[in-house]
Amino acid sequence: MKREIEVDIKVPNQTRYLSLIGRIGEDLARELDKYQGDRETLAYHINLVLTEAMANAIKHANVNDPEKYVHICINITDDDLFIKVYDSGQGFDISNIPKPDFEKLDDSGRGVFIIKSLMDKVTYHRINGENVLEMSKNLK
Amino acid sequence: MELFIEERDTVTLVHVKEERLDAHNSVDLKVKIQELFDTGKKNVLINLQDVRFIDSSGLGALVSGFKNASSHHGNLKLASLQPQVKSMFELTRLHRVFEIFSTTAEAIDNF
Repeated sequence: MKREIEVDIKVPNQTRYLSLIGRIGEDLARELDKYQGDRETLAYHINLVLTEAMANAIKHANVNDPEKYVHICINITDDDLFIKVYDSGQGFDISNIPKPDFEKLDDSGRGVFIIKSLMDKVTYHRINGENVLEMSKNLK
Repeated sequence: MELFIEERDTVTLVHVKEERLDAHNSVDLKVKIQELFDTGKKNVLINLQDVRFIDSSGLGALVSGFKNASSHHGNLKLASLQPQVKSMFELTRLHRVFEIFSTTAEAIDNF
């Protein structure tokens, strides 16, 4: 029997909710009892990509407006993980951000690299007046 | 952010008493490290033993601290990284930048 879990959640556009979303991602990973790899590492990675994507939406797309919301949808099966992070702001196309220069010690600019390193596919587009960052990872 | 700071010989030891170092609390750490170097501290050791999770802003706060140390002719070193946290330093190549020690005692001996 193929199992599928979908979590659809909206939280205020504030960094204090990063840990809540990250924790949900970790708990979902721990449900994947057929996953062949290290489940704790997968849990950490899901927590991390959710944290990075949501922090980007809060800071860059919704420009720290606490009245806005971040909408996150996580869909997980034994085969695949899909994450969508919606923002209603001006947009922040992370799919076009270049790889960081490892020789330069910048304070920021590693978040997108981390997302791209841990997920198989990352896209960003506008749909129905909202921007959506879509990320997917094959779990087989 | 909960930080516990103590002096050990010539080293200022900063214990990060948080499970997560992320975009919500990393600015506090960045500001505290800056304050330590601005008030004349030369050797700062960050104990990350309690930190189970770090994101790019947490890494950024430590990079900022490292640059602060350099500009004040001081040192900033790290100790007691949990495996997943250490893997983030490796992914972003920052393990080549920081001096990272298994224990705070070992780090203190190397200032």
